[in-house]
Amino acid sequence: MAGAAGPGTGPGAAGGNGDDSLYPIAVLIDELRNEDVQLRLNSIKKLSTIALALGVERTRTELLPFLTDTIYDEDEVLLALAEQLGNFTGLVGGPDFAHCLLPPLESLATVEETVVRDKAVESLRQISQEHTPVALEAHFVPLVKRLAGGDWFTSRTSACGLFSVCYPRASAGVRAEIRQHFRSLCSDDTPMVRRAAASKLGELAKVLELDSVKSEIVPLFTSLASDEQDSVRLLAVEACVSIAQLLSQEDLEALVMPTLRQAAEDKSWRVRYMVADKFSELQRAVGPKITLSDLIPAFQNLLKDCEAEVRAAAAHKVRELCENLPTEGRETIIMNQILPYIKELVSDTNQHVKSALASVIMGLSTILGKENTIEHLLPLFLAQLKDECPEVRLNIISNLDCVNEVIGIRQLSQSLLPAIVELAEDAKWRVRLAIIEYMPLLAGQLGVEFFDEKLNSLCMAWLVDHVYAVREAATTNLMKLVQRFGTEWAQSTIVPRVLVMANDPNYLHRMTTLFCINALSEACGQEITTKHMLPVVVKMAGDQVANVRFNVAKSLQKIGPILDTEALREEVKPVLQKLGQDEDVDVQYFAQEAISVVARRLHRPPGEAGVIPDAEGSERGRALRVRGRGQDPGRAHRKRAARAASEAAVEAAWFGGTDAAKGPACQLRVNPRDALALLEIADLVPFSRD
Amino acid sequence: MQQQELPSARAAAMSSSSPPAGAANAAAISASEKVDGFTRKSVRKAQRQKRSQGSSQFRSQGSQAELHPLPQLKDATSNEQQELFCQKLQQCCILFDFMDSVSDLKSKEIKRATLNELVEYVSTNRGVIVESAYSDIVKMISANIFRTLPPSDNPDFDPEEDEPTLEASWPHIQLVYEFFLRFLESPDFQPSIAKRYIDQKFVQQLLELFDSEDPRERDFLKTVLHRIYGKFLGLRAFIRKQINNIFLRFIYETEHFNGVAELLEILGSIINGFALPLKAEHKQFLMKVLIPMHTAKGLALFHAQLAYCVVQFLEKDTTLTEPVIRGLLKFWPKTCSQKEVMFLGEIEEILDVIEPTQFKKIEEPLFKQISKCVSSSHFQVAERALYFWNNEYILSLIEENIDKILPIMFGSLYKISKEHWNPTIVALVYNVLKTLMEMNGKLFDDLTSSYKAERQRHSVGSIPEPTYHLRIIATISF
Repeated sequence: MAGAAGPGTGPGAAGGNGDDSLYPIAVLIDELRNEDVQLRLNSIKKLSTIALALGVERTRTELLPFLTDTIYDEDEVLLALAEQLGNFTGLVGGPDFAHCLLPPLESLATVEETVVRDKAVESLRQISQEHTPVALEAHFVPLVKRLAGGDWFTSRTSACGLFSVCYPRASAGVRAEIRQHFRSLCSDDTPMVRRAAASKLGELAKVLELDSVKSEIVPLFTSLASDEQDSVRLLAVEACVSIAQLLSQEDLEALVMPTLRQAAEDKSWRVRYMVADKFSELQRAVGPKITLSDLIPAFQNLLKDCEAEVRAAAAHKVRELCENLPTEGRETIIMNQILPYIKELVSDTNQHVKSALASVIMGLSTILGKENTIEHLLPLFLAQLKDECPEVRLNIISNLDCVNEVIGIRQLSQSLLPAIVELAEDAKWRVRLAIIEYMPLLAGQLGVEFFDEKLNSLCMAWLVDHVYAVREAATTNLMKLVQRFGTEWAQSTIVPRVLVMANDPNYLHRMTTLFCINALSEACGQEITTKHMLPVVVKMAGDQVANVRFNVAKSLQKIGPILDTEALREEVKPVLQKLGQDEDVDVQYFAQEAISVVARRLHRPPGEAGVIPDAEGSERGRALRVRGRGQDPGRAHRKRAARAASEAAVEAAWFGGTDAAKGPACQLRVNPRDALALLEIADLVPFSRD
Repeated sequence: MQQQELPSARAAAMSSSSPPAGAANAAAISASEKVDGFTRKSVRKAQRQKRSQGSSQFRSQGSQAELHPLPQLKDATSNEQQELFCQKLQQCCILFDFMDSVSDLKSKEIKRATLNELVEYVSTNRGVIVESAYSDIVKMISANIFRTLPPSDNPDFDPEEDEPTLEASWPHIQLVYEFFLRFLESPDFQPSIAKRYIDQKFVQQLLELFDSEDPRERDFLKTVLHRIYGKFLGLRAFIRKQINNIFLRFIYETEHFNGVAELLEILGSIINGFALPLKAEHKQFLMKVLIPMHTAKGLALFHAQLAYCVVQFLEKDTTLTEPVIRGLLKFWPKTCSQKEVMFLGEIEEILDVIEPTQFKKIEEPLFKQISKCVSSSHFQVAERALYFWNNEYILSLIEENIDKILPIMFGSLYKISKEHWNPTIVALVYNVLKTLMEMNGKLFDDLTSSYKAERQRHSVGSIPEPTYHLRIIATISF
């Protein structure tokens, strides 16, 4: 007990107040050994608190050995442990004692489960930086060597990730040893280890002396790049990017390019895919000269590869490749060496290839300029707009802005319309959802007349879609359109049609009216809202479906801030009061919530509302004000509040029922009264999502 | 209302199931087949046609050489036969693109006939597999079957639900496999010569083919690998090790490999032949590979084979029982009821062969888990666990250890006998309780009364004893 007084601040500071202050720590420690995984996990996640309370001495002598011994546990617990230990240096007494953390992390680095191991390696890398150079050689490097020489593959794979962090800070002799160890892992007989080595090759190359890169890394790279397993070879491609950056053009040509050329034509499509996927990085790494002599031909091959996966990966890179070409002569190269292949891809047999191309092809127009775009690219765009696959069309439409800048959208509008209409009615709701998102953009570019004539009816049709997500997006879309075209347009075109739906026999459609009003009221302003929308909402308060009625309450709360006080008092309040007495509890609930917001605006004491008896509990008041301020709290606010509240609630639940232990609250504890309130809020917040 | 059509919002998934005439097809789905406006997965799947795929191997080949039929082997004189045999083998090294169903029809037919002839030749004639032929034979086999498997054209391929993509060049490949098998099984076949050609590299490539999506191919591979394991003693350790690596990659890296079940099947017979005492290497394989394999997502696809391997090990060496059962308990499924049922099945298989002394070692943790399963709200899990009480041998083990087991099981059994929603389970539980009561009536009565007393106390809603917390505070030390 006596040793519990920690350094100055935090829970440890409460040490002087007797046993009670240690109570939460006692629970945490006890729960490290609990049978329930969840409790162990919670406890591990608070490990820093325990350590802080125990003090550096006891953490080193008692807690760490305990953790090292009990490492046989669920992977989930081990993962949390590995993560915690990475930030533990301060808690064991600073850099001088950082090596105390190595034993538990060493065991964690040999665990089978990959995520645990990776996390342990990550933490080890972090801690290595906190070692002094002497401690590094005395404690850390031996650990790396032990791992590298381990029997089971897991420790050897972990070792691969640790070489690069100790190399720069080690002495020359140790450096040679490290290189030696890495070399042997590169030719390990388990492919798992070779994969780990290959994936760290680039990283190590960056910290090695240039001579060693040439004499040691390059041969390793060459041998990994011709490994019998394609899973190893493809990782070598990644390393190629880092290595290429280090070498001069001459060395590059002599040492790396033969291997890269070979990789681009590898018999395994996975390797070729990797080359295509890393193409932009490779291009930057090898520089413009080799790009022109080697990479462009390789790219052409990848664009006509026999596997669609490879073609699609290459197609994705078309724009970046072109952008990164040297400006001088770029146009000619693209026109002569790239465009012919792209033309072929437009009519590829695989839809993924086509849609990959469609997602980048529009970007070429800015590079090639107006004339080339009209002459060469436009036919391709038009062909893709008529593609049988909706994704291709969608990708073209979603990038229209690129073309708009160069040639203006009018050139496309004739072909655009049928494509849009077809997507708008696509059988897949995700497609419909996706096209809605582009409506405001299209509307802006095509103009209000074109829109009214051709697209307006589509936008209205989405409001009665049978998928909620589409209807929801459709309401947001209307709001954006109103922002763009103005309130007059809204009043004449949108509002009447939305309001008509309030009489629809389908309650979902009636609710859509309310959702639209929620979204539109602010954009439309006070006059339209009061004159046209409010009466409809008020009328719907008598709906026979409870869902509609409580949405009326929510709508009234939402549009409240836009209305003037007179309307609030005369029209909104009576309706809410009536709803407050509704037979349905949800309707009552939302009505009361709305009343409290409206009441506040009417400058009445909040007590009247009945929901918030007092707002003095500081935590609670804050959380509630966010929701209750009535000045449109906004989504982000709300989410944040909800998150904070739920975190607090977790904390509260964690210490729930600990009322018995009084005494000064250490940081861990939340005043149970506040906690209860927060719990309540956490319960309510997601519920009131709109 | 809002229903997710597909788990991921990935754009690629969006249209992966749309056949060319998407709109027309969608219209063909009647309204009755739709749930909330969406077609059921099964309906969509059924519409997809069977597909086949080729491989990446034609990319490098230039213009196709046209094949010309060679004379029949049976018409040749015995001097010429050998020469002709090799010519035919060489002819069969030429590959054809089966994705293009109209090209090279004549040559494809010639190759097919030749392969058929070769199969017949090696299986009906003696003394035709001479030393000089091995090289050509293995070359022909390698040229045809070794290839980079193409990417699966269904990225979310679910082996349990989806139709596998079949190998397009099967008409030829099948005959090559058939030839390979006849060659290996021929009485003239000499491993001492063949080992020059069928080496580690060859086996490595063969093992990679087990990832083929085509079940017909994997079936052939299984037999082939089994024969090779049997005949090439020098390759055995290598084969085991490579399988080991494939499994580890499957468990910890990719979670995807189509041939797991086939490899396990071969292993089942390999384990069967292990000499006693078991080598440390084999035990390690059991504990570090086979047991973690139970965590795989697609366990259902190979569980039978996996359980067989595990039980084989236990039959060989009963001392492994405890670590195996503890391993299974460690990986016990937390949310997947279907897997839980499989685990219970495996536990029963293990209990079938368990020694009473081993049983005593694991009865406590094991029956704690069984007690949880019995009270699972998923009736199949509960039912599967309760079926243990229909097993004579398990019953006898329980009876011997009733003092230990009854207190563990009693609470759950008693509770579900009152509370389980499923009448079948309740009926089963009554039978189990009856059986247990007959085993030790006295203990049963004691437990009943203490259970009731406990319930009584809880229903009063007493505050947990304060001493509990005090005790913790008193023991903050390690």
